[in-house]
Amino acid sequence: MVNGLAGDAAAYHLLLQELSAHLRAFFRVRLQRVPDEVEDLVQETLLAVHNQRHTYDSAQPLTAWIHAIAHYKMVDLWRRRSRNEVLNDPLDDQADLFTAADTEASDARRDLGKLLNRLPDQQRLPILHMKLEGLSVAETARVTGMSESAVKVGVHRGLKALSVLIRDEHED
Amino acid sequence: MKTDDLIAMLASEAVPVGSRVWQRRYGLALGAGVIGAALLLMITLNVRPDIAEVVMQPSFWAKLAFPGALAAGALVAAIRLSRPGVALGSVSSMLAAPVLVVWLLAAIQLARTEPGGRSVLIWGETWASCPLYVALLSVPAFIALLWVMKTLAPTRLALAGASAGLLAGAVGAAAYALYCPETGVAFLGIWYLAGMLIPTTLGAIIGPRLLRW
Repeated sequence: MVNGLAGDAAAYHLLLQELSAHLRAFFRVRLQRVPDEVEDLVQETLLAVHNQRHTYDSAQPLTAWIHAIAHYKMVDLWRRRSRNEVLNDPLDDQADLFTAADTEASDARRDLGKLLNRLPDQQRLPILHMKLEGLSVAETARVTGMSESAVKVGVHRGLKALSVLIRDEHED
Repeated sequence: MKTDDLIAMLASEAVPVGSRVWQRRYGLALGAGVIGAALLLMITLNVRPDIAEVVMQPSFWAKLAFPGALAAGALVAAIRLSRPGVALGSVSSMLAAPVLVVWLLAAIQLARTEPGGRSVLIWGETWASCPLYVALLSVPAFIALLWVMKTLAPTRLALAGASAGLLAGAVGAAAYALYCPETGVAFLGIWYLAGMLIPTTLGAIIGPRLLRW
């Protein structure tokens, strides 16, 4: 798993996939009253793990690091909800303990694609070409007319900005 | 966007991450904080003129050792609180020990002094300004440390802010010691501590807002 944080793309992909299943199970148990939030929180946490992976130290257990991030994002969610929607908290008394397997993602309510569109071009275009269309850095640079380092910086900053957009969206 | 699409999107940016980036960042922040405190001291109060003679006195070194010991504890706490999933551990004893030692030494010094001479050891002549100057000199380190912390995803924000504040306060107190004319250990245990607790409290208050990610 740690290989994923060492720059091995395939291992990293696998890590994120396994992680998403664990996060889904983790949040489903803890957010039984608001099942709608689970998939959003899974996505938000995956993005946070990605953006904060420079804070991981290989001497530290990976599970502790990820758990702390997941817990932080969940507490953050509760804090936002308690401030915004105290009177509007859906009380599902029939929380289904035997839901489908954890790998079955429900639809996220928030559309990250739409949030992506709000990023400036120099961040949005590299993400679009590289991440969604699978172009390489060099190809993306050619298509967009940006330099290769600008493409890399754009992707990096764009993903951070996306995380901030998610956070601020809740604040409204 | 489906979660699988998000994963595919993130996975294509599997850049290796140089581990332990925080070490360099903390080094830079502390360096900036110390230099900033020294410059502020030069501008505002300046080093006491008899510094060469004072260096021979134990009270001068006590005034450096006390914030120094607290800085060590606060640095450990700040580094641990800066990143997700690192246990805080037994930092509280590292922080309590210097304070207790100074209070004990202060009690001994007071007990050995004639009643008439005690108030000077407690209040000195600069008790009112000392905590404020300590807080002022801590400002560069405070800003630099919070900035570094913000890049490292702390999860316990009030504690993280407080630890950054205490570390900055200790830097400020050590710088102030180069000017401070007082010799009472009790003065150190009260007014230096009060000065260091100003940024500590401020950090605990603004941490939850400022350090969010």
